[in-house]
Amino acid sequence: MRPLARDLKDAAAVAFFAFLIFGPFIGLPLSNNQAGNLTLGTRPQALALAVGAVFLARLGLLAWARWHPAPLAPRFTIKLQGAGRFIAPVLLVFAVLMPLLPGLPNAYIDLGVLIMTYVMLGWGLNIVVGLAGLLDLGYVAFYAVGAYSFALISLNFGLGFWECLPIAGILAAFWGVCLGFPVLRLRGDYLAIVTLAFGEIIRLVITNWVSLTGGPNGLLGMPQPSLFGLRFSMAGGPGTFAGFFHITPAPWQRTAYLYYIILALALLTNWVTLRLRKQPLGRAWEALREDEIACRSLGINVRNTKLTAFAIGAFFGGFAGCFFAARQSFISPDSFTFMESATVLAIVVLGGAGSQLGVVLAACVMIGVPQMLQSLQIYRMLIFGLALVIIMIVRPRGFISTRRPTVTLGKRGGVIGADLVSQGRG
Amino acid sequence: MAYALQQLINGLTLGMIYGLIAIGYTMVYGIIGMINFAHGDVFMIGAFVGIIVLTALTGLTSVPLGLLVAFIASAIICGVYGFSIERVAYRPLRGSFRLAPLISAIGMSIVLENYVQVSQGALERAIPSLIPGGVTLMNQGGFVVQLSWMQLAIVIVTIAVLAGFTYLVTKTPLGRAMRAVEQDAKMAALLGIDTDRTISLTFIIGSALAAFAGVMFLLYYGVIDFYIGFNAGIKAFTAAVLGGIGSLPGAVLGGLLIGLIEAFWSGYATVAYKDAAVYSILAIVLMFMPSGLLGRHEVEKV
Amino acid sequence: MNVLTVTNLTMRFGGLTAVNNVSFTAARGHITAIIGPNGAGKTTLFNCITGFYKPSAGSIAVSPEPGKAVQLEKLPGHAIARKGRVARTFQNIRLFGGMTALENLMVAQHNRLQAATGFGVLGVLGIGGYRAAERRGIELARHWLEQTGLVERADDPAGALPYGAQRRLEIARAMCTEPALLCLDEPAAGLNPRESAGLNALLRKIREGGCSLLLIEHDMGVVMNLSDHIIVLDHGKKIADGTPAEIRADPVVIGAYLGEGEEDDPDAPVAEHAA
Repeated sequence: MRPLARDLKDAAAVAFFAFLIFGPFIGLPLSNNQAGNLTLGTRPQALALAVGAVFLARLGLLAWARWHPAPLAPRFTIKLQGAGRFIAPVLLVFAVLMPLLPGLPNAYIDLGVLIMTYVMLGWGLNIVVGLAGLLDLGYVAFYAVGAYSFALISLNFGLGFWECLPIAGILAAFWGVCLGFPVLRLRGDYLAIVTLAFGEIIRLVITNWVSLTGGPNGLLGMPQPSLFGLRFSMAGGPGTFAGFFHITPAPWQRTAYLYYIILALALLTNWVTLRLRKQPLGRAWEALREDEIACRSLGINVRNTKLTAFAIGAFFGGFAGCFFAARQSFISPDSFTFMESATVLAIVVLGGAGSQLGVVLAACVMIGVPQMLQSLQIYRMLIFGLALVIIMIVRPRGFISTRRPTVTLGKRGGVIGADLVSQGRG
Repeated sequence: MAYALQQLINGLTLGMIYGLIAIGYTMVYGIIGMINFAHGDVFMIGAFVGIIVLTALTGLTSVPLGLLVAFIASAIICGVYGFSIERVAYRPLRGSFRLAPLISAIGMSIVLENYVQVSQGALERAIPSLIPGGVTLMNQGGFVVQLSWMQLAIVIVTIAVLAGFTYLVTKTPLGRAMRAVEQDAKMAALLGIDTDRTISLTFIIGSALAAFAGVMFLLYYGVIDFYIGFNAGIKAFTAAVLGGIGSLPGAVLGGLLIGLIEAFWSGYATVAYKDAAVYSILAIVLMFMPSGLLGRHEVEKV
Repeated sequence: MNVLTVTNLTMRFGGLTAVNNVSFTAARGHITAIIGPNGAGKTTLFNCITGFYKPSAGSIAVSPEPGKAVQLEKLPGHAIARKGRVARTFQNIRLFGGMTALENLMVAQHNRLQAATGFGVLGVLGIGGYRAAERRGIELARHWLEQTGLVERADDPAGALPYGAQRRLEIARAMCTEPALLCLDEPAAGLNPRESAGLNALLRKIREGGCSLLLIEHDMGVVMNLSDHIIVLDHGKKIADGTPAEIRADPVVIGAYLGEGEEDDPDAPVAEHAA
């Protein structure tokens, strides 16, 4: 019974720390009394529950470690690798057919739109972080530039979604280059903080430039995307989608249309990325992630190569932003906080930086699961944060961490293990 | 002139708080090379422990004693937080790929913010000023330059804490171990330094400093909520980078500079764009000094 | 005409003068070696020539083809490989570890291939001559994989290759930039005698292909056996310059570098004797 005694002692020590950690917060709740003064209450049961749960969890973890000394992760990886080749087509077919499933509530198609938006953002950021290995903590800036470009152009000049889409992308790419030009010689975390700062600057400007952007109140009333001039309106009648096809107008038609737009945009991002990856530019990005000095010795213009990664990533971020603004018909600075950048970055890293399929899986987990947890309300984000930590500990390289060669001499195209692939320093 | 002096005082006070938080960022970065995104939230935890202790001590007549208890309790609790965060969220990822600890830290930051929101509510919590009054330094054409006792107390406490901290890092075996691990963790381990323990202590010390900053923030502004850690954390991280991440004097210098930029920009330009000014100046400084003001210049080894 | 002409080159780091007023030439089609004890300034000189350091004073002229001269010290780092046609390897191997051997060689042909894609746009759309360019690129890569004996490992990640293969792959990668001057930083370091002999043969073959070589080497066996011309550095200064036979007989070199009684033992690893 020695190991048990040791485990108990260990768990008791952990429980003591838990007591110190939870004590002031769970055990001693603050509240304002009638007079408005702060008072302190007590919640001994809740505290005991929390500390007890930690004690038992620690005990359970120790017991688990004793029975399963080997980690389970490697087996899981191999299984996923083998499945990777047919998971992608299956997911694609499902993604295309999903809105047409009979009886599917509108809310699910809407969730599909949301997830697909993040898939697109993830694929866009994957170019910068996953391929070029540049840590960008301010990706939301380009999302915001795209959204506000669309809103301002459509509200001031009366252009529709489809005319604004390329403009929004180009403006975002332009900002990407403007940001990238001065700062891309910075290394690692210096680059990270400057991109973060840039994201914050954009947000502060759109919050405070009230005459242009409406400030914290945001902008309202952007046109919805139309299908070859057909509007989606509940009223029906001539000039609307339902009227043209002589069907009853229903909300799902509009949602499904939005869904197919974002699906097409996301697939465009994916297609361009996959094409570029097999070409000199994409290979140069990956080489840059592996070793910048060697790239320079081979005559690769490091700064321009990084700039193209930034610009193309930003371009797709701008697309996504434009779509977001059109879908909501309303945008405000609240949609473009650091939390957004962090979420998209988490999707990329969780997916396994560089893997396109990984981004899809991670977006489903990161966006889909919290939406399903809506009923948990204030606990939702707490669970979300815990999940991030736990997933990272269990799978530090993300869901799909292997790399597929872009060109092969022989027939066999093996996969390259995660331990050999660098994550870049830039 | 008088106005400038007032902004100087305000800026330095704020800068001291940023500097204290920035030390935590820079220490952790120096020793394990990761951005501890949860550090700003440890600062918030410190402020909350402060307000909880001060509320519990309502009725105590001796303000200095109450403050002393608040500072010490906050430092201890935050030390436990820092230690536990490192053990739970970062240690399993040590030596792993560099993006994993970053995401884990962001996750931890989300956890801490929402944990405080759930357990203590989302409302702003306010306390009355505990050290009222001050001294009038100058009266120029009706404009009064005030140095409040609170500001003086913050400056004195910060300098005392920094002095103790400097002694700890430069003169004690622990400080030596910390610097050795920072230089080369493997070599330090071979020479018999317990790197795990050293890293844990680094987190504890950094968190205790953040706790001091948190309590002082509480005393200075009188109002806190669960979200203060984000903004202060980003500012302090900016301060650490501005000063040259990894450099302890750089962190304090960066904090002071950012406090001053904020104060002067608010005073002479627009309050709305003070944060934008801070970030812009950071970007401009890094363009010309890629390793920050006091950072070690990284020599490219070929 | 010489492929490389270094004139009065000086490189200072703060107060330290690592390379002091060094001048030498490397003849086209020759293998030129730079030797010297540790800390003599060899690697610094090398980094100046390959554009990683900007020299404090002096000039470096390279002639990628007869009748043409390029001043290297005026070029930005990445242009040296393209305009000066100077390629290099690294003392601590710098391969793209997560990419396959073939991919490493394709990255080396970046500038040529990138131009063929119409700077990305045409390539993405699948029009233009990129396919043909890529085929030629793969053929060039295959040629150098054959020369270095790595065809079998073409699709293996570079980081998983054994050490000797990595060294050869780095040379193959440098050769895929189609250089006029190949600079090798201690190519024989860490190789066993058999691999070292293979390396000699490879370098000779490269020379016969028309590429000039400049190498830093500690292994005297390689240097004496292979070089057409040797330059000896000590404390940042050039102390001797000549054929292997001349260097072997030069009393200054023997005194400064080889140590007493070692002159008839060219295979002795010098690192042990260099103080």
